[in-house]
Amino acid sequence: MGGSVSVFSSFAPQDIMYLAEAAGRTLLISIISISIGSLFGVIFGWMLYEGRLWGTFFLSPILDLFRSVPLIIQLVLFYNFAPIVGLNLDAFESGLVVLTLYTASLVASVARGGIEAVGVPMRRAARSLGLTYWQDLRCVVFPIGVRAVFPSWVGVALGVLKDSALVSVLGYVELVKASQILMTRTQEPLLIIAIAGAFYFALSYPISRFSAKLENRWSQ
Amino acid sequence: MIKITNLHKFFGELHVLRGIDLEVERGEVLSVIGASGSGKSTLLYCINGLELIQQGEIVVDGTNVHAKDTDLNSLRQQLGMVFQQWNSFPHLTTMENVALAPRIVKKKSKTEAKEIAIKQLKHVGLEDKLNVYPSALSGGQQQRLAIARALAMDPDCMLFDEATSALDPELVGEVLDTMRLLAEEGMTMICVTHEMGFARDVSDRVAYFHDGAIEEIGPPSQIFGESESEQTRKFLAKVR
Repeated sequence: MGGSVSVFSSFAPQDIMYLAEAAGRTLLISIISISIGSLFGVIFGWMLYEGRLWGTFFLSPILDLFRSVPLIIQLVLFYNFAPIVGLNLDAFESGLVVLTLYTASLVASVARGGIEAVGVPMRRAARSLGLTYWQDLRCVVFPIGVRAVFPSWVGVALGVLKDSALVSVLGYVELVKASQILMTRTQEPLLIIAIAGAFYFALSYPISRFSAKLENRWSQ
Repeated sequence: MIKITNLHKFFGELHVLRGIDLEVERGEVLSVIGASGSGKSTLLYCINGLELIQQGEIVVDGTNVHAKDTDLNSLRQQLGMVFQQWNSFPHLTTMENVALAPRIVKKKSKTEAKEIAIKQLKHVGLEDKLNVYPSALSGGQQQRLAIARALAMDPDCMLFDEATSALDPELVGEVLDTMRLLAEEGMTMICVTHEMGFARDVSDRVAYFHDGAIEEIGPPSQIFGESESEQTRKFLAKVR
């Protein structure tokens, strides 16, 4: 602390730990929003497929909205307008809500595609054995549909993992926000950006590998 | 066992079935022949309630199929159905394909369901393919798998919807042999088919379908020998 006081200090090993913690937060918000979002997405996808009135006239436009408005705009709008309707959510909670809805809207069309992939003749064969509508959905449509659209779902999940970077605009200290803080302090943007990139890769790569393995097992 | 009275079926404007009257006795094998699009397959779909009907009634073993309070799921257990496209479940092995419905619908234990599956797969000659996925089976084997899957529910009657039409010619024989075996065992069968040899040799009666109605019905000797109907003779002359 002696001598001249500098505003900046160079990149230190403990900063890696700081980034690792931030990566943990990226993972946390992604895992929760992808899980809950996928669950809702499957339900929405089923509603879209069944094509009842409320599915076509109510759900479909809402999902389109979440899919087509840039995520960063959704985040800023939600974060600032939620308090007006009495929702006092912090940056993490707001990010979680928006990411979850965003995931759900993307997964909905993937899930509908999965159900369509099974086809009516297959479902008639299942029903002709005496399976109820729900038994058919659970034991035939779901497993076959999941296999058909799993690659697309992995694409959505990886996309959401990366898009979670945008929650940084709300001040949630995930990987990108942490990198920005470190860049300001160290003035070494390229190094830090590279490390952050490496962390994103380290989070995504196992998912891709795992899914490739799963697809391989299913394809035989 | 199956009694159909004045059955009418529309697809929108299209009048597919135009007043069908038909009775099938227990143990009888009925072949239904006729040109494509004459409503033969639709009739089968109506019998097990996969299609709604607009007029008339179908009674299976005393149960009115299209009555509001009919439990179609339990009715369908009595009516095994085999489709043109065999529709084997691709995510399950041969044995699991057959065991699924006994386990899920009839709530059999895993071991029991497995025993049923093995028994029925032996029945159709697939005992050496128990743990194989359908993608590794030929079309004929998949169709026999579909037959075993339907038999596993212990049905009183089997409905065959052009079971051999989608098969390569060299695979037709093995599926027809399996169907023949069932007929010999006394199974009640309604077979929509283009296999005139099968219709002539195996069935007790043959129904010729024309434009959504039964043009003529009778023993094979009548239909293939001394048919009274001009239409029937024309059709048979064409397919021979």
